[in-house]
Amino acid sequence: MKNKSITIAFLGVCTALAMILSYIEVILPPLFPAVPGIKMGLANIIIVFLLYRRGPLLAGAVSLVRILLVALLFGNTMSLMYSLAGGVLSFIVMILLRRLKFLSTVGVSVAGGVFHNVGQILAAMVLLDTNQLAYYLVMLIITGTVSGIFIGLCGATLVKRVPQKF
Amino acid sequence: MKMKDTGVKRKIRNDIILVLCLLLIAVIGLAYLYLFRDKGDTVKVTVDGNQIGIYSLNENMTKDIITGEKGENLNRLIIKDGKAYMETATCPDGICVNHNPIFRDGESIVCLPNGVVVTIIKNDDDLDVVIYAYG
Repeated sequence: MKNKSITIAFLGVCTALAMILSYIEVILPPLFPAVPGIKMGLANIIIVFLLYRRGPLLAGAVSLVRILLVALLFGNTMSLMYSLAGGVLSFIVMILLRRLKFLSTVGVSVAGGVFHNVGQILAAMVLLDTNQLAYYLVMLIITGTVSGIFIGLCGATLVKRVPQKF
Repeated sequence: MKMKDTGVKRKIRNDIILVLCLLLIAVIGLAYLYLFRDKGDTVKVTVDGNQIGIYSLNENMTKDIITGEKGENLNRLIIKDGKAYMETATCPDGICVNHNPIFRDGESIVCLPNGVVVTIIKNDDDLDVVIYAYG
């Protein structure tokens, strides 16, 4: 029912969407000027949608390609390390929670958002050899939760509304 | 259908529990950071994990932190009126420059691109001598 060409084209569109969402986030003004570096993680809308619609393998592939391409286009090796740490940790947590089936899409997305931040902070702690970032983590837990709710609602809506043939 | 409804309700209840737990953790963390932390008195600067300087928070000063292989990166640290902040930086994101001034024990400003970490510490131990490096 889902043939290969449709899947390939569909994943291409999803990757492009995830990338443009990442880019929009870079050019948008900061959400909380008092705590810099806070991002919504809009690209995660696409990843959550794919995770629920097409399963972990394809969602993971799109997530990885997005991270690599965004770092290549708008970032550097350092930002790649942080995105990768956050992206991989958040993705593993989301796969596990989805398997356990005790949370809805929104809950899975909230956990994903928070662990994305945890992954980035851990990467920064290792790379910079400092434990001072724990301070920052508290703010990131709050913003990760709030944006996770928004992302989860968007993702769940997409799962419901996007035609089943994709 | 009824089974499905209760399943969805249970999931939404679990979602709410998850969110409340996370917010509780954050509130406890914030309370710890803001209420139970004293004002610091010393500024520690590290670059890529190596300490490059210790300054007193009580003396106004300006310190240029030069980093990078060819010394091409600059972070200008200002210590003024008992608070420390980054005035200018060559890093692309400017996160450290936008950071609020820090003065509580344990607070820090981190510039990821340049690998600079500025931390407030408290030297309340019985020290024989405190040596401040000026530069």
